[in-house]
Amino acid sequence: MASFYQLDFEQPVRELDKRIAAAERGASDDAQLPAPALGGVEPHPPAESGELRALRAERLTLLASLYEQLSPWNTVRVARHPQRPQSGDYIALMCREFTELHGDRRYGDDPAIITGFARLGHHKVLMVGHQKGRDTQEKLACHFGCAHPEGYRKALAKMKLAEKFGVPVVTLVDTPGAYPGLGAEERGQAEAIAVNLREMSRLKVPIVSIIIGEGGSGGALGIAVADRVAMLQHAWYSVISPEGCAAILWKQANEQTNVSSAKALRLTARDNLKLSIIDAIVPEPPGAAHRDPAGAAQALADWIVAQLDELTAETTEDLLQARYDRFRRLGEFEESAEPEPTPELTP
Amino acid sequence: MPQVVTRTWTQLKPARKAAIPEGLWLRCPGCAQLIYRRQMEANLHVCPECTHHFRISAEQRIAQLCDAGSFTPMFTGLSSGDPLRFRDLKAYPDRIRAEQIKTGQRDGCQAGEAFIKGRPVMLACLDLTFMMGSMGSVVGEILTRAIEHATKSDLPLIVVSCSGGARMQEAGLSLMQMAKTSAALARLDDAGGLFISVLTDPTTGGVTASFAMLGDVIIAEPRALIGFAGPRVIRQTIRQDLPDGFQRSEFLLAKGMVDRVAPRAELRSEIARLIDYSGK
Repeated sequence: MASFYQLDFEQPVRELDKRIAAAERGASDDAQLPAPALGGVEPHPPAESGELRALRAERLTLLASLYEQLSPWNTVRVARHPQRPQSGDYIALMCREFTELHGDRRYGDDPAIITGFARLGHHKVLMVGHQKGRDTQEKLACHFGCAHPEGYRKALAKMKLAEKFGVPVVTLVDTPGAYPGLGAEERGQAEAIAVNLREMSRLKVPIVSIIIGEGGSGGALGIAVADRVAMLQHAWYSVISPEGCAAILWKQANEQTNVSSAKALRLTARDNLKLSIIDAIVPEPPGAAHRDPAGAAQALADWIVAQLDELTAETTEDLLQARYDRFRRLGEFEESAEPEPTPELTP
Repeated sequence: MPQVVTRTWTQLKPARKAAIPEGLWLRCPGCAQLIYRRQMEANLHVCPECTHHFRISAEQRIAQLCDAGSFTPMFTGLSSGDPLRFRDLKAYPDRIRAEQIKTGQRDGCQAGEAFIKGRPVMLACLDLTFMMGSMGSVVGEILTRAIEHATKSDLPLIVVSCSGGARMQEAGLSLMQMAKTSAALARLDDAGGLFISVLTDPTTGGVTASFAMLGDVIIAEPRALIGFAGPRVIRQTIRQDLPDGFQRSEFLLAKGMVDRVAPRAELRSEIARLIDYSGK
């Protein structure tokens, strides 16, 4: 567990891990047994003592209760966990015969968004997903999941292809935001995202979107206009990152203002569900997806297949009308029939 | 030479500043010349020396663009709720109220039917004076209704944008306005409608990345800042200075992102001519 990213709220779990490790050393003569690595594969010693079993059960309960009441800012930290599964991982775990398709046929191939046909359950689908990258080299190539215009244009080009063949689209959202840079602006970042919003709203095949990690602003929405939108339990989704919001509204981004802005932005899955911005929350295994990627992928695949079963049964006309209505009703305001007089000029 | 601390009257009595009526003269941020305010205002708020385009409110924009007295306001009954009970250094409803008192407007967008050089249009103008023209639920709803009205009535849609982007105080709901307005524009497009998007200084963030860049024809005012990310964010990300004129209208024209750059004085005739070409 040398280079493992440590979350401070997990301190009680780490202490329990030490006790488990100590109990294991006591139970077994084999000193080679590795300590249970967080996020890694749990070792299963052949014979477990009663004490060990109790400790393991306690660990699971502790994890569940810690993650049940994650604060908004800790949710953001979990969503950014370096070992959290990414689109590529989910595609490998959920899909068969993934056939990646590259390039936007205009400018280049942005590795920050991967696209390709795949089989998911009994459905043929087009998978589209942000990719952040695992090692340093891949992270740099993917700009840490911040896509360029060519990424959004690639996504749309492949979605149009899927539309032509009547193949439903599944998008996995995981980005801090679209890339802010010279090239991105020159090549029309805003236009690329805007066109995606417009075209996805009228794409004649079912679209299912899941925010699997970070859902940052227009960069996330650029592939998330869908018939059904869900979030993994510990993902976040909002109009701006907590740091960006803190820097603007609190005039400075530090640990304290980040906590405040994360809370104010209502970015957790539960808040987004309450605001009807998403339709469902897909639960993660105890202790979040990075502890059990396969378990998380299974839950995700089950949810997607259930949605596709329903959506593929609808007529295109109903599908598009429902998609339009889904976004049309979002927004909260007060409306009076008669315009009130403007507020009087008193402080 | 010893350092001398100088005090000014404005420092001593800052309260007096607000009480003084706006100056007759002002310094143009474009050419640093001292210009006569009345002359600048009579020139459509454009500097008579260097043609710097001053930022104007939605009310002024409507007055400049429409045939006199032809603007009929619509969707005026909408005002902000506080769905998130958002509170930064100030509570959101307090902010809204302060902006309403300051501007006399309910929110950051005005829309209505109007005539431009005799052609009937559906016009919507964002208002920079109201919370930097940011798009929350109210702005998104007014725009969507305007788009739907244009679709239903087969009117050319003109939207004049100037905005800091999506409104942070409504968080996710503001983000959804991007999808909502874009989806409505898809329907206008399906119906064969005309949408002329006019970009003015500044148009950034979630507004640029939704309806503003979806015009059938996109016209930008000279030297307007238009982009997705703000220059400060880009500078922080790439850690180098930005080239001169970066994200300005002329830059976007050169990169193929806007159709025309038109001075304010020509906007009316530009719009009228495009309407004629579209046959609307």
